[in-house]
Amino acid sequence: MNEPEIRRAVTKALRKIAPEANLDQVGSDENLREALDIDSFDFLNLLIGLHEELQIEIPESDYTKLSTLGELVSYLAGRLK
Amino acid sequence: MPSLGADMQEGTLIEWSVKPGDRVKRGDIIGVVRTEKADIEVEVYHDGVVDQLLAKAGETLPVGAVIAVIKEEGEAAAAAVPVREAIQPTPSVPVPIPTAVRLRVSPLARRVAQELGIDLAHVQGTGPQAEITKDDVERASEALKKAPIQKPAAPDFRKGMRRAIAAAMARSNREIPHYYLETKIDLQRVLKFLEAENQKRSVKDRLLSVVLLIKAVALSLHDVPELNAYWIDDQLQPKERVHIGFAISLRQGGLVVPAILDVDRKNLDELMQALRDLITRARSGRLRSSEITDATVTITNLGDLGVETVHGVIYPPQVALVGFGRIIESPWAENGMLGIRPVVTATLAGDHRATDGHRGAQFLTALNQHLQEPEKL
Repeated sequence: MNEPEIRRAVTKALRKIAPEANLDQVGSDENLREALDIDSFDFLNLLIGLHEELQIEIPESDYTKLSTLGELVSYLAGRLK
Repeated sequence: MPSLGADMQEGTLIEWSVKPGDRVKRGDIIGVVRTEKADIEVEVYHDGVVDQLLAKAGETLPVGAVIAVIKEEGEAAAAAVPVREAIQPTPSVPVPIPTAVRLRVSPLARRVAQELGIDLAHVQGTGPQAEITKDDVERASEALKKAPIQKPAAPDFRKGMRRAIAAAMARSNREIPHYYLETKIDLQRVLKFLEAENQKRSVKDRLLSVVLLIKAVALSLHDVPELNAYWIDDQLQPKERVHIGFAISLRQGGLVVPAILDVDRKNLDELMQALRDLITRARSGRLRSSEITDATVTITNLGDLGVETVHGVIYPPQVALVGFGRIIESPWAENGMLGIRPVVTATLAGDHRATDGHRGAQFLTALNQHLQEPEKL
């Protein structure tokens, strides 16, 4: 799966959580939780959404690697190689 | 019209989800009522059979007005036909009372109307002396089916919500002499336990740390039951069941505090499921009446933001509010050794009319103890 496809999956999962947010305005290195006002419940839902879209299980120990949109996309790209 | 919050004056019926003749049991959802804050699914408190639906979709009625009649099994049909006007608050200016018009209705038409749930007052009679016949009722029923159901447009709840929060919080600060206690709790065991549990689980079954905090609060309320209570008419009224109101912020601003029912009887998975369900419905605006009205104590968790400590405002008539801040890695001295531990600041806001600081301190001590034994939660 290539990066644009991963980005699309991430955007789809984020849109369910923050439907009112303008995701184009979120910078690649901006903290997702702060930029989109996501709490831990939303974050878990994001991971569940990604699980549904990409069939990927992200272990809790990797949560710290997923603070920004850029980190999330490159983490998923690495896992889906 | 049920009271769905201390400051609710009136509600608008959005829709019925039952019809006359339906059998209902305690806890069933019978319809949706719009308040200033949200659309609420109204649950029924008795087992029985729906006899009449008096309120119509779109109708706004004061709290206390009869909106439906539910017969208990075996109760005579005509036993409880309430008069809606009788419950309206007395107006300060006398208004002319409309003279009741006695409708001419054939007995058969009356029975059919009841079966179809048709209000005879809105049926045009075509029989002798304008008597309403069975055909008239059936025609009215057909017309009703064809007519588009008029639902009031979804309003902007923000203003109403702000007003409702303002009223409840102003009342709290006016009436409740708060005392505040706080303590730091080492969550190392809780987080280790959680890590091990979540490793075993697929992402969709994972637990959040707040679930363990909520359960620990419920168990601590068993130890100090005076805090799981209402203060009404200058008296403490302890509550047997533990329904924890959980403050949920809404993306568009404002908050709702629906209750997770019977927290003490749920295991962690059930609690996580209940919390997930509650947050999802709170944010999509579909809460149930018991969740809005039945909370016996409240938890506010600001841990997801950077806040370390929260001193809450008690939601009357409750007598306590428990607050949690963010879990922070902190230096921690124990047994003469200094280490680094994940630490949360737990606070208690207590109603000093109902309890004293001593009781409150016992609660926070119990909370700490329960959180040191996460496998028992």
